[in-house]
Amino acid sequence: MTTHATEREGPKTVAREAESDLEKVTGTVERYGGNRDSLISILQDIQSEYHYLPEDTLRAVANQLGLPLIQVYGVATFFKAFSLKPRGEHVVSVCLGTACHVRGAPAVLDEVRRRLGIEADETTEDMRFSLETVNCLGACALGPIVVVDGRYHGQISPGKVKKVLKK
Amino acid sequence: MKRLRSVAELEKLRARVARQRDPNRICIVTSVGTCGLARDADGVAQAISRTLSDLGLADTVDFRTTGCQGFCEIEPVVVIYPQRIVYQHVTPVDVPKIISESVVGGKVIKKLLYVDPSTGEKVTREQDIPFYSKQNRLVLDSNRLVDPHSIDDYLAIGGYSAVSKALFDMEPMEIIDEIRQAGLRGRGGGGFPTARKWEACRSAPSLDGVRYVICNADEGDPGAYMDRSLLEGNPHSVIEGMTIGAYAIGSHDGYVYVRHEYPLAVANLGIALEQAREYSLLGENILGSGFDFDIKISRGGGAFICGESTALMASLEGKIGEPRPKHVHTVTSGLNGKPSNLNNVETWANVPLIINNGADWYSGIGTEASKGTKIFSLVGKINNTGLVEVPMGITLREIIYDIGGGIPDGKRFKAVQTGGPSGGCIPESLIDLPVDFDRLTEAGSMMGSGGMIVMDEDTCMVDIARYFVKFLTEESCGKCVPCREGLDRMLDILVDITEGRGREEDIELLEELGVVIREASLCALGGTAPNPVLSTIRYFRDEYEAHIRDGRCPAGVCKALITFTIDEDKCTGCRVCARECPQAAISGEKKLLHTIDQDKCIKCGLCRDSCKFDAVTIS
Repeated sequence: MTTHATEREGPKTVAREAESDLEKVTGTVERYGGNRDSLISILQDIQSEYHYLPEDTLRAVANQLGLPLIQVYGVATFFKAFSLKPRGEHVVSVCLGTACHVRGAPAVLDEVRRRLGIEADETTEDMRFSLETVNCLGACALGPIVVVDGRYHGQISPGKVKKVLKK
Repeated sequence: MKRLRSVAELEKLRARVARQRDPNRICIVTSVGTCGLARDADGVAQAISRTLSDLGLADTVDFRTTGCQGFCEIEPVVVIYPQRIVYQHVTPVDVPKIISESVVGGKVIKKLLYVDPSTGEKVTREQDIPFYSKQNRLVLDSNRLVDPHSIDDYLAIGGYSAVSKALFDMEPMEIIDEIRQAGLRGRGGGGFPTARKWEACRSAPSLDGVRYVICNADEGDPGAYMDRSLLEGNPHSVIEGMTIGAYAIGSHDGYVYVRHEYPLAVANLGIALEQAREYSLLGENILGSGFDFDIKISRGGGAFICGESTALMASLEGKIGEPRPKHVHTVTSGLNGKPSNLNNVETWANVPLIINNGADWYSGIGTEASKGTKIFSLVGKINNTGLVEVPMGITLREIIYDIGGGIPDGKRFKAVQTGGPSGGCIPESLIDLPVDFDRLTEAGSMMGSGGMIVMDEDTCMVDIARYFVKFLTEESCGKCVPCREGLDRMLDILVDITEGRGREEDIELLEELGVVIREASLCALGGTAPNPVLSTIRYFRDEYEAHIRDGRCPAGVCKALITFTIDEDKCTGCRVCARECPQAAISGEKKLLHTIDQDKCIKCGLCRDSCKFDAVTIS
């Protein structure tokens, strides 16, 4: 369990990096020519860097684009792709598209929630897992689908959840 | 790569590319779209190129990776050309045998062939599989012929010839007339005549002359993925369509607004744009015509509402994706207040076909008011899951039984849901309905972007209505009251019904709420949001009544109304379910009948899932 202890430090480390790494934000903003229209793309790039949007990066983006913070905050909270909370080491997404739904995705989600002990959009206390739901990944032939860290697992039933999470 | 400065140079390049390709040469094709990748198609592709080079065949056998070919059920799929022998569910382990026995030895490996579920017979050639042979794949067929990373592949099948025809042989208004005569209607949901939109955008005043053409790839309808498949598998067809549209409208700036949930589509489109620019098929002075046009990619943020035109354009401006009232249409004042023309991916991909083959050819396909083909994603409780492209006017029965191969496990067909969260459920009694824009609307549903979710006897229609309303409450932007509050209230009622607290008057209340939300909402999301509820009440009122009056879920889905029991005839007392049960609710001695303690049971279904004897039943 020692690894857990270090992982628990994870988000703090990320937050520290964020403070000292505002040049990265500047770089991202410059890559889009400082264009306000590119706000969503800029936030997406920052999110893929940190797996969430640290507060000081939002302030920095607002400053550099000359936008009120409320607009940046509004966009960051409106779109489902963004998270203002640090996410765990592994992100588990359960697809709840219609095709997955009729093939039993709700029971799969219940089982993932039970095993991880968290609700959707939450992260386990040890920062190992975050649970998300997604409205459709467009791979409906393989439903129900669970994606762990970008890897797709198709035709999942409640009984297969344990195996997927173990991996 | 070399910039192409004229049509002659384009055709010279095309001829050179074609010379390098021998249609009689053996070519191994495997698809690595998202569906394939979910089943280790990249492992298969790596094994193929490794084996070819190990056996010294890399120079004599061609190998092509493509995007999704549409028959997702049988992925990963390997096809051997020129005969088009198709192998399904291929694993990397199968690859050496395929190459040594089938490619080199010329034998067919029976074990890997597709089995037709209706006849039980094995099918060797791709073109003989009913799933393919009964379709009319005008748009989708190219997906199997091109590597999306190769613009030369697209040129080899005649790509960008429509652009050169449009730029050099046609006036902008001639193009719009051609599209009008073809009868092309928007494939994104509304079915609005494409030519009328283009003409309105072309003639809308713009002080600085700026106009935008935008491709809507924010395919938000759950269960629809044809746009993902086209962008991933044949991005150049969309680029070509947009370029023709831009020339007709008088625009020099294009955008593709694509869902961030489609990372492969974003990547493949980015590569295609870069290649088109290098050949001067995008950018300044395209093919020496004097016409300038370029396209930018904008990734969406995961909001269903952004498929709506005004919300999409707000999002393109870097703002919250809220819709606005459309007193002034986006063709007059859209992105940045400029005239903006928005069509979806599939619509754009149809444009080069019409320009190349003419309006008469195109309008010869389909019905009176719906021309051409439409791609549907046939998913849910269906044997042949995948993308099907069929002429407008085909019946639901032909799609579900002839192409789709019917319902798995001998279950009974109950309904098909079309049009996504804005659509409705069509019952078995209407299975001979011809599918086009207008007939689906008459039946209380809609075409939408083409999702077709098949439901069988185990699907609860009240649960489906609740599912869509929950989806829409989460995706409602919250700007206007009827949609925001009305949907919340509808969800409360539906949850009550599915949890056994329904009241007799709830059905009428749902209908009344539905009408108000439909009439009073600002945009199409709210305007169509009650459809899933109203259509299920219209056709499946008895299921609502069973939940309310008898506290019973006929399909055995609604957790609060079902119990899990163990069938004494089938139980062997193997103890597997008892070990799996997280609640320790199952008791019984080894080799004796087990029982479930209903007070402890949380209805997670693990026992049913783990039982090898089908002994756990729902009642």
